[in-house]
Amino acid sequence: MTPEPADPLDEAVLAARLFVLAPATFKGMTLRGSSPAREALVAALAEALPLRRLPGHVDDERLLGGIDLASSLAAGRPVRQTGLIEEARGGALIAGMAERMDGSIAGRLAQALDDGGTALVLLDDAAEPDDAPPASLTERLAFTCDLTHSRRWQGVTLAAPAGALADVAPLDDATLRALAATAEALGVDSLRALIHTGEAARGLAALAGRSVTDISDHASAVRLVLAPRATRLPPEEAPEAPPDEPPAPPPDGSPEDQSNTDQQQQEPDLSDILVEAAKAAIPAGLLEQLAQGKAPRRAQSSGTGQKRKAATRGKPLGARPGMPRGGHKLALIDSLRAAVPWQAVRQRESGASASSGIIMRKEDLRIRRFEERSARVTIFAVDASGSAAAARLAEAKGAVELMLGQAYVTRSEVALVAFRGTSAELLLPPTRSLTRARRTLAELPGGGGTPLAMGLNAAREVAEAVIARGRSAALVILTDGRANIAADGSPGRPQATADAETAAKAIAARGIDALVVDISARPGPEGAALAAALGGRFLALPRADARMLQAAIQAVQPLGKAA
Amino acid sequence: MARFPFSAIVGQDEMKQALLIAAVDPSIGGVMVFGDRGTGKSTAARALAGLLPPIMAADGCPYGASKEDQARYPEVCGRGKMVKRAVPFVDMPLGATEDRVIGSLDLERALRSGEKAFEPGLLAKAHRGFLYIDEINLLEDHLVDLLLDVAASGENVVEREGLSVRHPAKFVLIGSGNPEEGELRPQLLDRFGLSVEVRTPKDIEVRIEIMRLVAANEADPEAFAKRWAEADETILKQVAKGKARLPKLTPGEDVLRDAAELCLAVGADGLRGELTLMRAARAMAALEGAKKVTRKHLIAIAPSALRHRLRRDVLDETGSTTRITRAIAELFG
Repeated sequence: MTPEPADPLDEAVLAARLFVLAPATFKGMTLRGSSPAREALVAALAEALPLRRLPGHVDDERLLGGIDLASSLAAGRPVRQTGLIEEARGGALIAGMAERMDGSIAGRLAQALDDGGTALVLLDDAAEPDDAPPASLTERLAFTCDLTHSRRWQGVTLAAPAGALADVAPLDDATLRALAATAEALGVDSLRALIHTGEAARGLAALAGRSVTDISDHASAVRLVLAPRATRLPPEEAPEAPPDEPPAPPPDGSPEDQSNTDQQQQEPDLSDILVEAAKAAIPAGLLEQLAQGKAPRRAQSSGTGQKRKAATRGKPLGARPGMPRGGHKLALIDSLRAAVPWQAVRQRESGASASSGIIMRKEDLRIRRFEERSARVTIFAVDASGSAAAARLAEAKGAVELMLGQAYVTRSEVALVAFRGTSAELLLPPTRSLTRARRTLAELPGGGGTPLAMGLNAAREVAEAVIARGRSAALVILTDGRANIAADGSPGRPQATADAETAAKAIAARGIDALVVDISARPGPEGAALAAALGGRFLALPRADARMLQAAIQAVQPLGKAA
Repeated sequence: MARFPFSAIVGQDEMKQALLIAAVDPSIGGVMVFGDRGTGKSTAARALAGLLPPIMAADGCPYGASKEDQARYPEVCGRGKMVKRAVPFVDMPLGATEDRVIGSLDLERALRSGEKAFEPGLLAKAHRGFLYIDEINLLEDHLVDLLLDVAASGENVVEREGLSVRHPAKFVLIGSGNPEEGELRPQLLDRFGLSVEVRTPKDIEVRIEIMRLVAANEADPEAFAKRWAEADETILKQVAKGKARLPKLTPGEDVLRDAAELCLAVGADGLRGELTLMRAARAMAALEGAKKVTRKHLIAIAPSALRHRLRRDVLDETGSTTRITRAIAELFG
């Protein structure tokens, strides 16, 4: 159990007080986890600051203002309405279920946040770890608080600040340096986060009625702003020895960007304290991930990289002109909206009287559109064990990259599960991003045992998640089929083979299409047996290069039935 | 919040250079900015807007028409007399609808007087200026196609809802996006004249400087703007001078040959690479106030002009930038 600094609610209350102190500076907060504590905090916030609810289905007109259709019709003249963004000025907008927020609304809000005067509270109810509110928003808001595990909810009040932000002196150089070094140690690249940290430190001094910040302010600011965004664990040793660049340099790394020295000059004391403070505040789940070296692969700031997922939920988009046929549904309100402005013109043209009802024409018809879904997610389960020799691994990598190259055309996505040693992990959640995929693949190490059952189970879980979102999944398993690690991680060929068969049958039972590609130099019966258990196809490629492999995968797709 | 002064942006030299070059010669065709969040992409693009020399435009014309526009589009641009106005900068939100972008029936007039009138959209607003799209890689495909079409033709043709309107829409497209969150289609990428990659500054001193400047701006935006007004003015003059100098510069035979050789060496697809490279080198020379376009200008701008045009070899791990610098080193020593 990781030591918990205090109830998360205390931290959240502190963040909320800062937010109320200067809404325009801090822009807002993301509150994770539906809990009584969060409700209490929102209630307390509402007392300090006018909050306007932002429903998930809000449209552009309501958000930005525009013509109010209903009143305009009633009045017979255009009636304007102010948008929610405008109305919420001086207070804050509050959005529930922010993890499901539409990208277009997020875009509007991000722009409003940049323009200033708008503040936002996001309530994040995401159940799965990869679900998150739009990164374009969480990135801009100063605070992220997770209240899932808070056990308190009573007596939440936001004490009034003792001073004002403007009365606090700017931070001195030593402090700025320490904050910057801390951000670096935690792998927080975004400058917005860094800037928020500095302002939070000043804000904390203002809350206490001081005009200069002290070390406790700095530590709290780091805890509140930087810790939730950490993408790596700070080095254990004193920061005199700065960590090497993480093993994943950006793909197009030009040499001049890599200069991350200059750290030696900083005083180790202050940033040491700050890093310690941050470490204590990193959420337990995140800490675990970081310790396993998982999170740095993901993101530059909290919750990024998942945008595509949030965007593939089949949400309704705006209506477009068109005829309601071939599966398209009529968007009644939008059609009316399109027809209404023309009534005066048409009545004059046709000589009808005003009482003859609305004159609709074909071009008025609008159809509803839904967000396009990626048709298919191909999940590669790659055997990176010692027996699937290193050269074959390189081919597998190449094939995945080639598949991705085609993702533009087919609008399909690719996910990657790798298994070796005693574990299987999802290296790449479903994505179309070539950049990410290439980087992940380059990092994929080889060697160790063959936990085939684990790999199959991991792949099945990904496939199930994909299917749950209304898309179809196909598995491509690249292995030699020679399992020697059982599902519980213990070595032993017979148990491992039996487990693999069970896992394969579970996949077959779910009706997931599968293809087994035997990548061993001398294909044995194991691969074919696996394919049989999966109810899938089998392909032996003893001497294939990446291109041949890709051609083969293309040839067998779509794999029989359309899921 | 007041716009952050352009000259106060620390580092990000390649992005600033590309934006200024696009300002000097809008025909280069837009700038694509790749980079992580929180690296100052939006800040720089928005700061640019406040920096540019004002233009002469027809008074009261929703398109900000120039004299030439008035001659070409007499029915939409009117005959208003010329007044000074700021260069338009349109910030296009991700969720913009087609109606908002290309323009639509003017609801107000239709309702009030039963009149069929066109209400210009964002494309009209951006005429002779800049159209900025944050997270362009997440933009809907049909909008992207539409934007490309208009950007290439310099004219917005509206044939819908019983409207038939044609109006000028020449603008510099500035897109930004994080490639980790979805790629841009290659066809779209190729249409951008320049592309730059922005990374978060890793140098602690630079980061501290940025924090200091942002804090100063937050504390007193007016004083901050004043402090940087002079530096901004210098850049503005530089851009204005560059614009005036541009028509006088013609790249010599040697520079053209260099451009062709470089494009061949890196395997940039199509002629567009060479043309952009040549134009960009010319704009670079104009911006610097140079008497003639030289190889130095070409080399300085080559990564921005070609980076996004290299044929993608998914099996080649070498980054585009590296491939270009390598080719430059091999060709020009």
